Amino acid sequence: MTMYVFLESLFNALRLFFLVNPDVLDITLLTLRVSGTAVLLGSIAGIPTGAYLGLREWRGKKTTIRIVNLILRSIINTFMGLPPVVVGLVVFLLLRYEGPLGFLGLVFTPTAMIITQLILVIPITIGVTISAVGGVDKAIREKALSLGATNREAAFAVLKEAKIGLLTAVIVAFGAAISEVGGIMIAGGNIWLKTSTLTTEIVDAVQVGEYELALTLGVILLAIAFAINIILTILQIREAKH
Amino acid sequence: MRRLSKTQLVIVLLVFVFVTVAIVGEYFLSRSRRLVLSTTTSTWDSGLLGYLLPIYEQRYDVKVDVLHVGTGQALQIAQGGDADLVLVHSKELELNFTSQGYGVHRIGVMYNDFIIIGPPSDLAGIRGLTNATEAFRRIKTAGDLGNVIFVSRADKSGTNLLELKIWSLLGLTPKNTTYSWYWEAKTGMGNVLRICNEKLGYALTDRATWLSFKNELPNLKVLVQNDSVLFNPYSVILVNPDRYPHRNHQDAVKFVKFLISVEGQTLIQDFKKEGETLFYPLARDVPKAVELGFENQQEELVWYDSHT
Amino acid sequence: MTVSVEVQSLSKLIPQKTLLRDVNFGVEESEVFVIIGPNGAGKTTLIRLLDLLDKPSKGRIKFANTEIKDYSPENLVKWRRKFGMVFQRTVLFNAKVYDNVAYGLKIRGTDDETIEKKVKTVLKLVRLSGFEQRHVHTLSGGEAQRVALAQALVIEPELLLLDEPTANLDPANAMLIEEVILNIARERKATVIMTTHNMFQAKRLADKVALLLDGELIETDTPEIFFNQPKDPRTLAFIEGKIFF
Ligand SMILES: Nc1ncnc2c1ncn2[C@@H]1O[C@H](COP(=O)(O)OP(=O)(O)O)[C@@H](O)[C@H]1O
Ligand SMILES: [Mg+2]
Repeated sequence: MTMYVFLESLFNALRLFFLVNPDVLDITLLTLRVSGTAVLLGSIAGIPTGAYLGLREWRGKKTTIRIVNLILRSIINTFMGLPPVVVGLVVFLLLRYEGPLGFLGLVFTPTAMIITQLILVIPITIGVTISAVGGVDKAIREKALSLGATNREAAFAVLKEAKIGLLTAVIVAFGAAISEVGGIMIAGGNIWLKTSTLTTEIVDAVQVGEYELALTLGVILLAIAFAINIILTILQIREAKH
Repeated sequence: MRRLSKTQLVIVLLVFVFVTVAIVGEYFLSRSRRLVLSTTTSTWDSGLLGYLLPIYEQRYDVKVDVLHVGTGQALQIAQGGDADLVLVHSKELELNFTSQGYGVHRIGVMYNDFIIIGPPSDLAGIRGLTNATEAFRRIKTAGDLGNVIFVSRADKSGTNLLELKIWSLLGLTPKNTTYSWYWEAKTGMGNVLRICNEKLGYALTDRATWLSFKNELPNLKVLVQNDSVLFNPYSVILVNPDRYPHRNHQDAVKFVKFLISVEGQTLIQDFKKEGETLFYPLARDVPKAVELGFENQQEELVWYDSHT
Repeated sequence: MTVSVEVQSLSKLIPQKTLLRDVNFGVEESEVFVIIGPNGAGKTTLIRLLDLLDKPSKGRIKFANTEIKDYSPENLVKWRRKFGMVFQRTVLFNAKVYDNVAYGLKIRGTDDETIEKKVKTVLKLVRLSGFEQRHVHTLSGGEAQRVALAQALVIEPELLLLDEPTANLDPANAMLIEEVILNIARERKATVIMTTHNMFQAKRLADKVALLLDGELIETDTPEIFFNQPKDPRTLAFIEGKIFF
């Protein structure tokens, strides 16, 4: 594709965007709803878990404790890179009518997509939280203890220091969720205006040669990612200024 | 208990709003009447369903959820009890589906046709043939000489199955491991066309996809068409209500009645791309339907027409 | 109220090394006890044991004649809540001065009004009035260490543990902190155990001085005896500057 054709496509994409195709709006809202819910629930589950794993004392004398720690961390690291299509497939196989959870009737629904993304997002929030908490000066915990904090209160003091890291966990998770396509396509079925998201529609639009629509959706996706990252950056700068 | 800070309050509120929206949204989705149609990518990607469904949905106040996947997967989904009816185009798989009791009342709805496309240089020399089998034979000959390549979808789609059937008429089961000129793309039609355009390859394609991509494929031309083996009939099959009592049998029947009605058939004929009709009505042309493999077309037509 | 401290046969071993060997001393209520010693003598190790942050390998620690046997988190918190500790390396929470100083009171459930009053008083004591809303990252080293001292003082500890609190400070800041310590001693507000490598500081502040060398407590005495007629030749060598650090 020459540069000219590319620019022309981009221009048409933006024009399409500004005409505010109501379907595009619906798709965008569904995308935000699915990824937003998955990230929210994923953070609620993943951040406390990551904080617990990152903060608990693994320096036990027993080698078994250390081995358990090693295995746990390896599992989390592996799951952080879980292939979305595999997750989508497993969720689909569980939720389909003949699957063990078929009675819930959730296959090909936004809920199925949320479940898929939740599974993808939880290890990410856990993993990023563990490293955020691990990056906090060890002296902070002892400082809190020396001022009379209980272990729990000291743990909270450490979490507070890791604030930006925890925020990063949420942002990274959101980035992974909103750009995911393979998993939700399988579990959600990519049903137009029911389970179609920006990413699945990009795939579809390319498939039928509608590059302009694909680019429009891509620009919206990018804009969302950009907006989210602006918020993160503002918070980071505010924190760094101190 | 200490007071919540502003941030904590915002987080709690956000969680609340999201979960509420998710639950309420799901509730309303599940409440409205829905029909799940499992179909091939071609009916969706061509825009046919996007054109037909709103008319139907508005008239009958039923939402149609379209799962557009490969023919094999479309039938698999229905077999698993996750769809109400299928709209597909692969006779062998369809007959398998009905004979095993998964589906009932298979009826021909429409047909489109396949074409063989390739570069205008046409080193295989197939341009103008009306015999697809002969064309394939020439492509193989030229391929063995290293002059041309053939790109296969290799994805078990209806198009792919037809292509393999034509090869088998020549006694061949080509694989990319056996012939260097045979490329297994394992992808959708659009991608295969794009590959052909870049690599100057030959491919079997449905006309609809060809028409929607034509403008972006300057290096390709239609070389072979109008062989009866290239006609591609689409049928609808209801999932067996005895076997899948949880499915929406009633609305499925209504939907088929709409498709095969004179009005539905006219709508199909009027659906055009680049000024060309993509799908030709078949339901009420019984002799043609029989010729294309719907031996029971008359009976099924009567069954649907008499069903209320 | 203040607590007495008694240490008996205290040792701390790590796999390849003995950090403290058979340390004995007693500190009476409201006394200022200064442990002097060169870098690497084991001062930090000892102070950490006293703040119950580490567990001794051998020996006993008694506060107010009660031996610490139970190192369960609950018991440790109970005792630590009577203590204030200032670390050698200044550590502060990434927050405003006010929140840093208020922390000890907040976790004790003190009401906001009292906290505000107490923080104000203690900041005045360490000459940081008006610094409440400053973020700790904007403070100089001396100011930061004074905030750390205020954190420890605001909870009105019965025992104040100070690990080389002035080691990295300029003379003016060091003097300020010494004044605060003297003030506490004068008003008998707390028992103070502090470490230093500065003899003159020990002379100025101590009711009792102890010399720690290579993990061993060499001599414990009043400053008069310690600096004028030391009993141990190593003490003499140290005060004459023959033991370098
Ligand atoms: N965890 C440890 N591992 C190895 N050596 C240590 C450890 N903790 C302290 N030490 C060593 O023990 C000695 C005493 O340390 P420390 O108590 O910090 O001395 P001081 O505070 O008097 O300068 C030093 O030589 C130090 O390197
Ligand atoms: Mg030290």
